[in-house]
Amino acid sequence: MAVLVIAEHDNASLKDATHKTVTAAAKMGGDVDILVAGKGIKDVVAAAAKIDGVRAVLGVDHASLERQLAEAMETVVTGLMGSYDAVLAPDTTTHKNYMPRVAAKLDVQQISSVTGVESADTFVRPIYAGNAMATVQSSDSKKVVTVRTTAFAAAGEGGSASTSDKDGGIGALKSEFVGEELTKSDRPELTAAKVVVSGGRGMGSGENFKLLEGIADKLGAAMGASRAAVDAGFVPNDWQVGQTGKSVAPELYIAVGISGAIQHLAGMKDSKVIAAINKDEDAPIFQVADYGLVADLFKALPELEAELEKAGL
Amino acid sequence: MKVLVPVKRVLDYNVKARVKSDQSGVDLSNVKMSMNPFDEIAVEEAVRLQEGGTATETIVVSVGPAKAQETIRTALAMGMDRGVHVQTDEDLEPLAIAKILKEVATSEGAELIVMGKQAIDNDYGATGGMLAALLDWPIGSAANSMSLDGGALTVVKEVDGGLQTVKLQMPALVTADLRLNEPRYASLPNIMKAKKKPIDAKTPADLGVDTTPRLKTLKVTEPAAREAGIKVEDAAALVDKLKNEAGVI
Repeated sequence: MAVLVIAEHDNASLKDATHKTVTAAAKMGGDVDILVAGKGIKDVVAAAAKIDGVRAVLGVDHASLERQLAEAMETVVTGLMGSYDAVLAPDTTTHKNYMPRVAAKLDVQQISSVTGVESADTFVRPIYAGNAMATVQSSDSKKVVTVRTTAFAAAGEGGSASTSDKDGGIGALKSEFVGEELTKSDRPELTAAKVVVSGGRGMGSGENFKLLEGIADKLGAAMGASRAAVDAGFVPNDWQVGQTGKSVAPELYIAVGISGAIQHLAGMKDSKVIAAINKDEDAPIFQVADYGLVADLFKALPELEAELEKAGL
Repeated sequence: MKVLVPVKRVLDYNVKARVKSDQSGVDLSNVKMSMNPFDEIAVEEAVRLQEGGTATETIVVSVGPAKAQETIRTALAMGMDRGVHVQTDEDLEPLAIAKILKEVATSEGAELIVMGKQAIDNDYGATGGMLAALLDWPIGSAANSMSLDGGALTVVKEVDGGLQTVKLQMPALVTADLRLNEPRYASLPNIMKAKKKPIDAKTPADLGVDTTPRLKTLKVTEPAAREAGIKVEDAAALVDKLKNEAGVI
């Protein structure tokens, strides 16, 4: 039994989502290899080789892989699957983009966003925005799986896997990368942050999100938002936490002016500790919050920032 | 240009899913069902393409039980031209659906497929990607906006770090994200008109597709419940609890 894990990276550095996916892969039993597909990926390959429990790291370096275009990734991964029984990738937008293509080409039903690995063929995954958990057993000869990384601990470092270069066999593509507009931020990444401070419709405007910034600065937190706040245009789309946005599971999640719609809870209810500030004491967010503060956020946020200051943060 | 939009009938997004006591699945008896919200956005985009003169014909297809016809009628009331209903009472997996949709797309001569990025019931997010691969078409996933210029389709996609723009050769497939557009409500006259629009009926067997499931659902359970915690008096008490009780700051 051999499992291929696809690395999450930006061509320069390896992301933690890879370590978490390795943990999920190890639970299936058998050998774990990592594929690093990108452009100019020497450092990423070297970093991947240090992950504990990894047998080999395969590097495929190609111009079309710089942005991991769907068709190019499909060709590379499908081409390698002759030697593997399963392929696992983090369920980030990069991998969600091509993993179904790999599954279709292998004539396999993809198992999406798994939060548990019971055995080499049985997985647990959330359905209905996490309101139900399905345990499914696959009869396909190869498994194509995406992993909800917040559900798995990161594999450690200290390994020394072998590394090799592979030719991806990429031909002409029917799509090309034109450009990107990435949100620039000095804050930690939303999905990897230890603390997340999120605002909802109750924030009232994008301008008012400044009230959260001071708190996020003191806590070294990433900033997030509910769908309502994104739909209202307060903050960029990529801040959205929830069923159709990002899933986060930080040590501390602070929800401010967020009522707690099912779709939002789906993306944050695995956080270790949840604190909520809302003026409506019946808001559903309080049913999942460890600590609830019923207060007007415009009064509570400056007080909270001052209290954090007093606490030496 | 013919545009095909696949739609799915799902538990309404405002209804909380209840797990059946025998752990066999989610209870769908006597609950409100609606068109998958992402599919509504795809329907709206197709109708706008037709209104803008780009699409010559818009076809809506649904794979599902007899009642999936209602969902097709909803799309027709929003302005699509005609429907295809592939009837089955089985809860098919994305792979089987994608194979069926490939047959429909090929026989209809579709040049553009717009569909939801995921269905909010099973949350696989796989059918669009699978269909694009089976057709050997390029894909623009999680579209925030799209525009057709000459022979190429430019799609701005929502990605984890922000937005990414790709250019696709036609024919192509686009999956819709939340902010691609705001779907219209069907007007009463259009709902009446939709009743007269044709819906072609087929079965998976007519299309020669093997729909044998690949996954066996062993059980469906409630997620681990989170207990409501305590209410604190003020910001000072909150900071104290987070620091000294929870130890997270």
